[in-house]
Amino acid sequence: MESKISVKNLDFFYGSNQALYDISLEIPEREVIAFIGPSGCGKSTFLRTLNRMNDTIAIARVDGSVVIDGRNIYAPGTDVVALRRKVGMVFQKSNPFPKSIFENVAYGIRINGIHSNKADLEERVEKALRNAALWDEVKDRLNSSAFGLSGGQQQRLCIARALAVQPEVVLMDEPASALDPIATQKIEELVVELKRDYTIVIVTHNMQQAARVSDRTAFFMLGKLVEFNPTQKMFTNPDEKLTEDYITGRFG
Amino acid sequence: MTTKTINSIDRRRVVNMIMTSLTAVCAVFAIAVLVAILGYIGVRGISSLSIEFLTDTPKPVGEGGGIGNSILGSAIMTLLAAFLGLPVGIAAGVYLAEFGRNWFGNTVRFVADTLIGVPSIIIGIFVYTLVVLPMGRQSGFAGGLALAIIMIPIVARTTEEMISLVPNSMREGALALGAPQWRVTWNIVLPAAASGIATGAMLAIARVTGETAPLLFTALNSRFYNYYLDQPMSSLTVQIYNYATGPFEVEHAMAWAATLLLVGLILVINILVRFFTRKKF
Ligand SMILES: Nc1ncnc2c1ncn2[C@@H]1O[C@H](COP(=O)(O)OP(=O)(O)O)[C@@H](O)[C@H]1O
Ligand SMILES: [Mg+2]
Repeated sequence: MESKISVKNLDFFYGSNQALYDISLEIPEREVIAFIGPSGCGKSTFLRTLNRMNDTIAIARVDGSVVIDGRNIYAPGTDVVALRRKVGMVFQKSNPFPKSIFENVAYGIRINGIHSNKADLEERVEKALRNAALWDEVKDRLNSSAFGLSGGQQQRLCIARALAVQPEVVLMDEPASALDPIATQKIEELVVELKRDYTIVIVTHNMQQAARVSDRTAFFMLGKLVEFNPTQKMFTNPDEKLTEDYITGRFG
Repeated sequence: MTTKTINSIDRRRVVNMIMTSLTAVCAVFAIAVLVAILGYIGVRGISSLSIEFLTDTPKPVGEGGGIGNSILGSAIMTLLAAFLGLPVGIAAGVYLAEFGRNWFGNTVRFVADTLIGVPSIIIGIFVYTLVVLPMGRQSGFAGGLALAIIMIPIVARTTEEMISLVPNSMREGALALGAPQWRVTWNIVLPAAASGIATGAMLAIARVTGETAPLLFTALNSRFYNYYLDQPMSSLTVQIYNYATGPFEVEHAMAWAATLLLVGLILVINILVRFFTRKKF
C-alpha cells in the first residue's frame, strides 16, 4: 500500500543540538497515528517537520526526506504555502485570531482564495464548523469575538479553521492537554470522526488517549523512534522492552 | 533560638513598615507636586481664558489679543508631524519586530534609541540647517518636520514593543493555514497590536505638542492666522515663551492662560490613551 507520508532517515538539529535521530516511518492514508513519549523526546519537533513549521526557527536544520504523496517536501523549490494548506495543524494551546468566530474560520479560505463568492464562503465556514462539531454551539454568535468561547470550543474552532482550507493531513500537537475531561472527550470523538476524510497525526502525553483514538502508535525517546506498530499490538504485546516499560508506567 | 526567631520576625516587620511608609511618602510627594503645578496653572490661567482670547491674534500690549493663530499653528504642525512621522515610525517598528533580528535591525534600534535621547533642540538645529537655511526662512513645514523627526523613533520603538507582545502562537496559527509572512503581519499581527500602537502614537503626539525648542528654530512665530506651510507659523509653546518672557503683567497672564490650555490638551490626549488601552481583547 502506498503511504500518505513517508519519512526516511530524518535527522533534526537545533543549532548544534540534535533533536531527532534517523527517524523513518510510513503513515498510511486515512488513519490516526499517535505519537507518544516522555516530554522533550522530540514529538513536537517531529510533527513540525511534516508541514515545515520548523522553517520559522532560524537555527533549525533538517537532514533526510519527508515524502508526502510522492514528493519530498524538503526538495528545493517546494511551495511551502501549498504544503501547509495540504497539511494543516492544530496547536497545543488554542490560538484563535483576535477576530470574530466567522472570520477565524474564513481566514484560511480567504487567503487561499478558495471560495467563489460570499455565499460559498459562508457555506464553507458552516461546513468546517459542523465538521469540528461546533456549529450548533456558535451558529447564533458567529460575529462575536472568538475569545468569548470556552477553552474546548476555542480548540474546536482552531480545528474548524484548519479543516476549512481542505487539508488532507491534520497534525495535532497535544490538542486536548489544556482541556477538561468533557472537552477532551469531544475532541477525541472528533478525531475518530475525522479519520474518514483525513489522515491525522496526533501527539499526546496521555497513553489512554492514544489507545482510544489511534490506529497506529509511534513511541519516541530521546529523539529516537523506539517502536512504531498498530496501536492494538503496541498496548498489548509491544516488540520493545522499553515500550512496555513506558506504557506500564515503569518510568516517566 | 526561639527568641531569636521572634526577634528577627519583629525586625522584619519594622523594616517592612518603614519601607512601606517611605514609599508612600514619596508617592504622596510626587502626586502633591503634580497637583500643585496643575492647581497653580489653573488658578493663574483661568481668569484670562475667554472666547476672544482663544480666537484672537496677538495685539499690542494693553489691547487684549489672543492665541487663536497659535492654536491653529500648533494643530497644523502637529497634524503634519503625525502625517509624516506616524507612517514612517509604525513601519519601522513593524520591520524591527517582525524582520529586524539581524545586524541591520540592531543598527536601526540603536540609532532610534540614540535619537530618543537627543535633546529636541538639536533636532531643531538639524532641520534649521537642512530646510530653513536653503529655503531662506522659517516655516510651518520645517516645524512639522522637526516634530515628525522627534516622533519617529518613539513611535518605532513603542510599535515594536507592542508587536512583540503579540503571541507567537498567533503567527504560527496563520502560517499553518498557508498564509505568507506579509499576510500574517498585515492581517493578524497588526490588528492584534492596533490598540497598543494607537496608544504609542497618541503619546508621541502628546509629547511633541509640548515641544518648544525645535519650533523656535524652524517655525519661529507669526502674529497672524497662517495656513501656508511655507510661511513662519505660530505655536502654543512658542507663544507661551514669548508672553512669559515679555516685560508686562498682562503678557504673563496670557502666558498662564495659554499654558492652561496646553496642559488641558495634553491631559485630554492622555485620557484618550487610557480609553484606548482599556478596551483590549
Ligand atoms: N525552538 C527550539 N530551540 C531549541 N531547542 C528546542 C526548541 N524546541 C524544542 N527544543 C528542544 O528539542 C527537544 C525536543 O523538544 P520537543 O520536540 O518540544 O519535545 P516534546 O514535544 O516531545 O516534548 C528538547 O530537548 C527541547 O529542549
Ligand atoms: Mg511537545
